[in-house]
Amino acid sequence: MGKLHIPEPEEALPGVELEDNQGLLQWISSVDHKQIGIMYLWMALFFMLLGGLGALLMRVQLAVPRNDLLSPEIYNQVFTMHGTTMIFLVATPAILGFSVYLSPLMIGANDMAFPRLNAFSFWIALCGGFLLYFSFLAGGAPDAGWFNYAPLNQRPYSPSPGIDYYCIGLLLAGSGTVATAVNLIVTVLKLRVPSMSLRELPVFVWMVLINSFLILAAFPSLNAALAMLLLDRQLQAHFFDIAGGGSSLLWQHLFWLFGHPEVYILILPAFGILSEVFQVFSRKPIFGYAFIVGSGMAIALLAFGVWIHHMFATGLGITVNGFFSASSLLIGIPTGVKIFSWLGTMWGGSLRFTTAMLFATAFLVEFTIGGLSGVSFAIVPIDWQLTDTYYVVAHLHYVFVGGSLFGLLAGLFYWFPKMSGKIIPEKQGKWFFWLFVIGFNMTFLIQHALGVLGMPRRVYTYPDLPNYTWMNMLSTAGAFIMGFSVLYLGFIIYKSIKSGKKAPDDPWNAYTLEWLTTSPPQLQNFKEVPPVKSFRPLRDLKQDNPNWQLQDDPWKID
Amino acid sequence: MENRLMMFLVIGTEAIFFLSLIFAFVYFAFEPGYDNHTWQLLNIKSTGIFSVLLFASSFTFWRAEKSYKKGEVKRLKRWLFATIGLGTVFLFGQGREYWSLLHEDLTISKNNFGTSFYTLTGFHGLHVFIGLVILAIVLKLAAAGDFDEPDSSVINTVGIYWHFVDVVWLVVFTVVYVLPGVLL
Repeated sequence: MGKLHIPEPEEALPGVELEDNQGLLQWISSVDHKQIGIMYLWMALFFMLLGGLGALLMRVQLAVPRNDLLSPEIYNQVFTMHGTTMIFLVATPAILGFSVYLSPLMIGANDMAFPRLNAFSFWIALCGGFLLYFSFLAGGAPDAGWFNYAPLNQRPYSPSPGIDYYCIGLLLAGSGTVATAVNLIVTVLKLRVPSMSLRELPVFVWMVLINSFLILAAFPSLNAALAMLLLDRQLQAHFFDIAGGGSSLLWQHLFWLFGHPEVYILILPAFGILSEVFQVFSRKPIFGYAFIVGSGMAIALLAFGVWIHHMFATGLGITVNGFFSASSLLIGIPTGVKIFSWLGTMWGGSLRFTTAMLFATAFLVEFTIGGLSGVSFAIVPIDWQLTDTYYVVAHLHYVFVGGSLFGLLAGLFYWFPKMSGKIIPEKQGKWFFWLFVIGFNMTFLIQHALGVLGMPRRVYTYPDLPNYTWMNMLSTAGAFIMGFSVLYLGFIIYKSIKSGKKAPDDPWNAYTLEWLTTSPPQLQNFKEVPPVKSFRPLRDLKQDNPNWQLQDDPWKID
Repeated sequence: MENRLMMFLVIGTEAIFFLSLIFAFVYFAFEPGYDNHTWQLLNIKSTGIFSVLLFASSFTFWRAEKSYKKGEVKRLKRWLFATIGLGTVFLFGQGREYWSLLHEDLTISKNNFGTSFYTLTGFHGLHVFIGLVILAIVLKLAAAGDFDEPDSSVINTVGIYWHFVDVVWLVVFTVVYVLPGVLL
């Protein structure tokens, strides 16, 4: 039995002296990684409802041709805020929430390396989100798209203060993200139980580690670009203002030097979550541990060599386009390796299709569709034809929703009993799954066709061309099914927390250390940690102790 | 040593931040609107002297850390004070340079040289200022007796940051003041 390392003496942790009944104060003052992780997840859910509301507004506007429910000005703000919210205030906090909640638990630590920095990161990110939304009250939200291209982001084109709030809000949220990444790397490298070598890190923690390095390398470009844009707008500097000698392409370079790695930042931890889920519900170790970790590193490195594929249409020349076309196609290789690793994990396993496993399995299909349409964009002529059409919208939703969000939802259903100590009934989980999957595919599959037909994205309405109307109506109907399913998710989470059955400590007969704790874990995660011999330490412990009492499987699925 | 690893990661990410700003500065040199005339307004000699003083502050900090490791608290405080002094003089020099450039009508909104020059050097100046605040706190703690025993990683960690700020200036000085004269 290993010795414990407690990062801070217990009495130094605010929140410890508070009683359970002190409610909100206990959360606001907390530096505990579990509470902060859960607050990140609530933040993601809250902004997901706001961002989803924006999506529904857009789909209502596009349900019929020549609709004038939303004016073009309002429509611009709605799609900008929808994208910005979903990327920066939903997907990123959700990723960080799982990362800070689980990483210490999975490596046998009691908290992050810098618990106060952890709290600071969360609160500054939340304030950034609120500032961004405050722009609605301050004269208008940002309206130049989530990637905020120059010259549309300049004062003459966007005179409202929305884009200034975009700069400040994302600078704050981005600083928080960078600080969390630093914190996670130090935690994983320094606070592991002494017997856990890097080769014995759970796959999820490996992905968090790789991802944190990716954050450290990618976010500074965005922060620099945001600072420059703020100077342009506030002090009449000329970074992106062509008339004053600036360059609008400079914004695209800096933004996509961040933006493309950001896409992988949002997917790598989801890959980690899926790897855990596939193992536990297939009753097998991950197929090709070294390959799944190595391909994660390959993706992280390649991420910085592909950003020009967002700029094929800007006329950088055949040589540049050819190079970045090739590098973008290369990304398909390590990603394919992962898909085969997961299929290999499922192959011959005794599969249990819990809600978490259903999301993981559906991910394989949805993400592969998104991956294939992504590969088609690496081919320059296809990109020229389809850029800025609904084909792009379909592609990015298949990777962000079908990829990242499906992974996150698998994680939510997998770890919910641990985090809340309560059970979501499988029946309700599966209702949500099918509603969400049907709604999602109904909304976005058809948009591939709309894109090929030539419907441009980000335009507030369309003429009554052949096929446009029924396709858009179908997409809108799907969006409402999705919207309803998310409300239903909120309802079943609320109901399970309020009056759900109590969860056992290890409901899934799992492999990693977080399931050794109580559900939910105590403030001090571990009193002692067993020696780690593989990347499935809890399984080893069970194997070594023949008398290990498995708690009843509350779902009786086997 | 969690602190040291943390600081190395921080300066790693900061380095990429400065690379982005330098990228913008260099990018503009190859844009059609670039005007080499404004570069000639820079006073390399005087900025060079202030730069040497900033580099010297890395030396004084190194002495401060040495003294700390030997347990000589008095010397530690003296060298820290010298480091803060040199850093402050550098910032004074930067303010003086800005003042004279503004009198020559080179503002941040004058042209793309002014834009990227003030942003790049300004962000570096901000980092020097933050370093000075940290050093002042360390000096205060040293005066309060917190560093009487040579067993803390704080001074070493702060040192990583301070040396980084100096190295950034070495690169910025080369790119902004020296290279345009050599290459363009």
